Amino acid sequence: MTGGEGACKLIALGAIWAALLLAPYWMPPLGGYTALGTRVLVLGLAAMSVNFLLGFTGVLSFGHAAYFGLGAYGAGLALKFLAPSTPLSLICGMLVGGIAGAILGALIVRRRGVYFAMVTIAFGQVFYYIAFQWSSVTGGDDGLRGFSRRPLDFGAFSIDILSNAESFYYFVLFCFALAAAAMGFVLRSPFGRTMIAIRENERRARFLGIPVERHIWIAFTLSCFFIGFAGALYALLNNFADPKGLHYSQSGDFVIMAVMGGMRSFWGPLLGAAVFVILQDYLSSITVNWMSFIGLLFVFVVLFFPRGLLGAIRRKVQA
Amino acid sequence: MTQLLLFNVTNGLIIGAFYVLMALGLSLILNLSNVINFAHGGFLVVGGYIAYTITPYLGFWGALLVAPPLTAVLGLAIERALIRPLYGRDPLYSLLLTFGLAFIFEDMTRFIWGAQGLPVTIPAFLAQPLSSEFFFITGYRLFMVGMVIVSVTLLFVLLRYTRLGIRIRAGTLDLETVSALGVNVRMLRSLNFAVGIFLAGLSGVLAAGQLGLEPTMGAGLLMPSFIAIIVGGVGSLTGTLLGGLLIGVASGVTAVYFPSASEAVMYVLMAVVLLIRPRGLLGEEGMLT
Repeated sequence: MTGGEGACKLIALGAIWAALLLAPYWMPPLGGYTALGTRVLVLGLAAMSVNFLLGFTGVLSFGHAAYFGLGAYGAGLALKFLAPSTPLSLICGMLVGGIAGAILGALIVRRRGVYFAMVTIAFGQVFYYIAFQWSSVTGGDDGLRGFSRRPLDFGAFSIDILSNAESFYYFVLFCFALAAAAMGFVLRSPFGRTMIAIRENERRARFLGIPVERHIWIAFTLSCFFIGFAGALYALLNNFADPKGLHYSQSGDFVIMAVMGGMRSFWGPLLGAAVFVILQDYLSSITVNWMSFIGLLFVFVVLFFPRGLLGAIRRKVQA
Repeated sequence: MTQLLLFNVTNGLIIGAFYVLMALGLSLILNLSNVINFAHGGFLVVGGYIAYTITPYLGFWGALLVAPPLTAVLGLAIERALIRPLYGRDPLYSLLLTFGLAFIFEDMTRFIWGAQGLPVTIPAFLAQPLSSEFFFITGYRLFMVGMVIVSVTLLFVLLRYTRLGIRIRAGTLDLETVSALGVNVRMLRSLNFAVGIFLAGLSGVLAAGQLGLEPTMGAGLLMPSFIAIIVGGVGSLTGTLLGGLLIGVASGVTAVYFPSASEAVMYVLMAVVLLIRPRGLLGEEGMLT
């Protein structure tokens, strides 16, 4: 890496964090609202978790919404039945999503390529049906209601994240920063380098003695923990969890966010999530046929921006 | 109790036959072109609605004859314009593209034909139950099963004895060699795609007669077809046939004893198969793994 490139990266990183930190101030004048920013952060984290697997290990999971939704239900049920504590609910959601991912991952990682994608989709739907059918616990089709996030209590003082949208945004940003730092740490570790080696040439990695299945399983499990955490945040954001969050069409949304932003870059999925969320918000307010437009967006991205926005920008800069 | 069991097993077989028809189309496209066609359910719905639209002019039999080829033509156009540029790229892209297409299909059918379910009239003699004791076996259900048997047989004959079929099977094993032998692989893929979509259109017409039409019905039928393919083994059409019937019957039998789990049992079956035999019942080792 040359000095110039390093400086460029530092400037970009500074710009990203400055934009995120100041979002409640620059978004409203541009026609946004703070809750929209929070949504972008949460869904961006989910898309980054999917990309942890897709972009850095090179395996396509099309069923990650299951673990996202499990995180949401985990957090909601913990708030409703266990204890009214926000941090506890986040931990519960993360554990539920991650453990489910670890168990199913053991079955899934034995397959590769198209088959892997199909198995992940099909297994993802299991939880959708459970949430849909088991209405005494999950609320069925109506979703899980009757819980809300609690103010953060630090003994000496407490922060009201329930009614104050801005403090909730900063709370989510704090959680996002923790998760992003953990993700970045894993990717820089020898384990993360091995993931990339598997992505680039699985056969060669196998010949080098790397236990490929076990590495993919660990990466799968980690990404499920991350997305379970994002799901828990999503439940806190809406004070609500519904089966749609577990459905494979939600998984598709996450994948297109990652691809649209740029799967080979760490921050790409966040950018993709921002574009997707804002577009969806806008389209559904102006037309009833927003679904067609989202579908066209999929087609458009695949045909014209397969490397994503960041990938396209990077190519321009290099050229 | 016996009658209830019999009722549900028959029901399961009929639904299974239906999954088979849909899964075979998906499987054909997946095997040759490595494309997971998420829009398959969308093509099914379009086929059903086309049949609904032309029934007043041509009657049920005319619609049954005309709608599947029309759906196949639509499939061919979409394959040419959108899916062809993606062959040879990561399967991720065709998956995402067809996923977007599924959205567009669902929204457009709602836009053109309305969101309410539409009934489809079937000939009166088919709607009658055959006997009062086995009230659940209507002529239409028998007809459906008959149609599935005929089309599956025709498909297997096509694949085994015609030049096109032999090329498709050879291409599934090694497309590069087939191409080197002078076969127009682009044409082969297009025709294969059209055959798959034809089956989806046919399923759509048959389903419309039994279940009526709704813009969202495609998505609900897609997942069982995926499971049928996984259980049967990717790469094997006979496996897909077996898988479809198996999950149909399994969910029919479960519906007797534990109705709310009749959907979940398919997934349990899939998990068991993946645990014991990861390649699927008849899947070949090394095939698309």
